[in-house]
This record gives sequence, C-alpha cells and structure tokens, in this order.
Amino acid sequence: MTINRRDFLKISGAGAAAAAFSGCASVSGSAARPHVVVVGAGFGGATCAKYLRKWGPDIDVTLIEPNDKFVSCPLSNWVLGGLRNMDDITHGYDRLPGHGIKMVKDYVVAIDVDKRVVKTQGGASIGYDRLVLAPGIEILTDTVRGFKEAEAAGKVVHAWKAGPQTAHLRKQLEAMPDGGTFVMSVPAAPYRCPPGPYERACMVAHYLKQAKPKSKIILLDGNPDIVSKKPLFMDAWNTFYPGMVDYRPNNAPLAVDGGKMTVSTEFDDVKGDVLNVVPKQRAGAVCDLVGARNDSNKAWCTVNLATFESTAAPNVHIIGDSVLSNLPKSGHMATNHAKVCAAAIVELLAGRQPDPIPVVANTCYSATSGSTSGYVANVFRYEAGKGYVSAPEGGATPKGDELNFTYNESWAKNIWAEVLS
Amino acid sequence: MNRKTTLVLAGFVGLAVSGLASAADMHTQSIASTCMSCHGPGGKSQGAIPSLAGLEKDYFVKSMKDFKAGTRAASIMKRHANGYTDAEVEAMAAYFASLK
Repeated sequence: MTINRRDFLKISGAGAAAAAFSGCASVSGSAARPHVVVVGAGFGGATCAKYLRKWGPDIDVTLIEPNDKFVSCPLSNWVLGGLRNMDDITHGYDRLPGHGIKMVKDYVVAIDVDKRVVKTQGGASIGYDRLVLAPGIEILTDTVRGFKEAEAAGKVVHAWKAGPQTAHLRKQLEAMPDGGTFVMSVPAAPYRCPPGPYERACMVAHYLKQAKPKSKIILLDGNPDIVSKKPLFMDAWNTFYPGMVDYRPNNAPLAVDGGKMTVSTEFDDVKGDVLNVVPKQRAGAVCDLVGARNDSNKAWCTVNLATFESTAAPNVHIIGDSVLSNLPKSGHMATNHAKVCAAAIVELLAGRQPDPIPVVANTCYSATSGSTSGYVANVFRYEAGKGYVSAPEGGATPKGDELNFTYNESWAKNIWAEVLS
Repeated sequence: MNRKTTLVLAGFVGLAVSGLASAADMHTQSIASTCMSCHGPGGKSQGAIPSLAGLEKDYFVKSMKDFKAGTRAASIMKRHANGYTDAEVEAMAAYFASLK
C-alpha cells in the first residue's frame, strides 16, 4: 500500500479543510478518505452534506451550488402577503464550511458514472465515491403556450422557485389596482409543495383584503380538487376572504398571453391584472446527465427509497423534489430524504448494511392569514417491497389558528438553522 | 513510531470511531435527527416550539406516550407520536437526554 502525502493528510484529519478536490476519483478500497460530492445546496443537499460530515467524520464532502445565497420557498408566499420580505427568507451558506464541507460555487455540466467524476462549467473535474444529486425541480415552461415569451417580457412569472420572481410578483401585486383580478394557475400533481398554491391564494387574499379589498382571485386548478389540506383552505377562504377566491377545478392552463393578459384553459380565456402561471415540473436537469429521470413519464427519478440510490445510475443518490415517491415534495421532506441518504452512505462507505427500516416524518405548515396557520403531519415507515407507509392518525388540521401560526414561525427558523448552521 | 505505523493506527482509529455507529445506533440518530427539522439543530429551538436537548429521559418518554394516548393536549404531536414504536421512543429519549 502506498499512500501519498495528500492521502496522509486526509487520513490524519489534518487536511479536512484541504479536502479532496481532484485526483481521488476511485479511492474506495484504499486507505484514503472517501469523498462524497453533493450537488445543490437547498433543503436536501445542504442537510445531506452536513449530516455526512456529522455521522461520517472520516468522509470528505464537497457541496456544489451555483447560487450565492439560499432563498427559502417555505415562507416565500408570506412575502407575497406582506408578512415577510426577501431578506427574511434569504440566508447565507457561510456556516456550512464549519462542518468541514468544501463549498464550490459552480454548475455541474457532465457526470461520468463509470469513472465517478463530476465536471463543472468552471472546468473542474471532481472525483467521488458517492454522488448525491439534490437539484430540486425544473419548470417545464414549454408546457404552457406563450409562457416563455410572457416570462421573458416580465409580464408573467411562476415564482415557484423562491428568488427574483417572488419579488417580481410582489411588485406586480403592489401595482395592481383595487378591483383588479389576480389569476393563478396550478399544475396537475405531482408538483413541488402540494399545499403551496392554496397557501399562496390565502396570502395574496390577505394582502388584497387590506390594500385592495374590491379585488378578486381566480384560482385555475389543473387538478380535479384541492390537492392538500382542503378543509383548512376552504375554511380560510370562507371565513377570512368571503367572495374573494373563485376556485375552478379541472382548469389546466393551456396558454398564456402577456399582451392581452389572459390565461387560456380548454373552457375559456380568463383575463387578469396579475397572472401567476405555475407550469408542470420535472426533476432537476442535472438528473438527466445520468439518465435518472426514469419514471414512466421520464419526468421524475426512481430510487431505492431506503438509501435514495438511483435505480438508473450506481453510486448516485437523488434526494428531494426530484424523487418519485408517495412522499410529498416539500422542503421539510427533502431534509428527511437527506438524513436517510446520509446515514445510508455513511454505512455503505464503511462496508456496513444501511438501516433497513428508515423512518421519516413530514411536517408542513401553511399560513391562512396574517396570524393563523394549519398543518399536515405524517410519519412514514419504510417497508421492503412497499416503500414508505404512512403511520395511522397522520393528517391535517381542519382549521388554522394562532398557536399554529407561532409554531409555523418557529418551524421556519429551526429548519433554516438545521439546514444551514 | 515510523510514519507507516502512524498511518495504520490513524486508519484504525477512523474505523473504530465510525464502527460505533451500528445499524441500530444509526437508526436512532436518524429518527432523532428528523425531530430537529422542527425542534432545531441539536434539539435547540428558536421560538415557540420547545427544545428537546437535555430533556430528562423519563419526561420525554411520558410526553410521547401521553401524546399517543391523547391524554396530553397537543397541536401536532399526537400525529407524530403515533408513528414511533415504544423502543424507538426510549432510544430517542436517551439520545436527547444526552444532548446538552
């Protein structure tokens, strides 16, 4: 066995900060420190990187993320409602290196699964023993005719990835006249954040009720019914915003026109002053680099749900919204994918059997007004051959209240800290 | 001690440390970590949600049993408590009690 100085530093732990960045593509089986590369520093990826270091202190972890800051989708609807501003939901990555995570600001442009090397736009080749892809969603802007043009012209946004579009939509709402109409369209499931569209309707209604009370909201739903927390949202619309929310099921958007300001469904053209069209989605583009969008629609990634290893690419794990499963596509759930995945990778790299019965829990709060929230909560237990089975008595609150609003606020602070610090 | 011996020892220490995490231990750490998404990193919470770090083991176990039985009022915790076995609750209680 020969060990070069670089590997010596890694073994002794003295080189954690100078961790493997290259040249150690196939180190498993040697005495060198194993290297895991995580792509994407959202709820899933950042959590996974942190827990890999926590549970596998002898593992080097590189986290690749193109953005400077983390912008939270949870509570981004609160920005639209005026309860929070962009700064409140924007956080830095500065505390992650303290866990011994090497942060690389770059895009991944190629993955060689055989050689176990990731290539970045910036020209780096980064070897790995195991790779974790946590890219979130890609929005299929082509599926709504005219959307791309309207988006490019700044007329219509989806705001389904928190960031500049969130701020843009808030500005559009602020500029809308009293008596105007806000039209939002919801894609057919599965999509990111099942209750998100309905919480958005509540938050926009909360703002309009105060600032422009003669205004209306038309919610065009591509689904046959409210997808998540139906009693909670129906109660809120009837109690807090009577007559303001016009909910129309089975109204998938076919086209949008940023000039005429209309959203077209198979039934009619719906005119609005602010249009918020959320197109269908699929797994993040980086998953396609390894052929991992392998469900029947070639949209989402199927994985071994006990380890989150892709069924398409060995040694590649996929977590978060990109995964096809019965688990909800939520930021909270992505942190739990991340922990199960990190635990499995630690065990696999040590030559041990991963936990055969992982358990994950989902907690998802939605605000229904400026001072009330409700939740849905479930524990899911993995069973071989069945996937994750929901434990009895999980479910949603039928009504929002002020206590849950304080928990909702506390939840956000805690999960951001859990992911980023 | 020559350099090669140092390396070998360093390797053994690494194995020994990671060897502590048997599948059962990792299961406990993994399920306890899912609590932290709401109750804060290391079980230390900001805001209205209570901290779990350093809670007495018996109190943790009794709370979860009471949530499960419905004898303690709760907003969300009955739904969570129902999802875990008694053994898992005991193991999580011991884990959170050990966190400072």
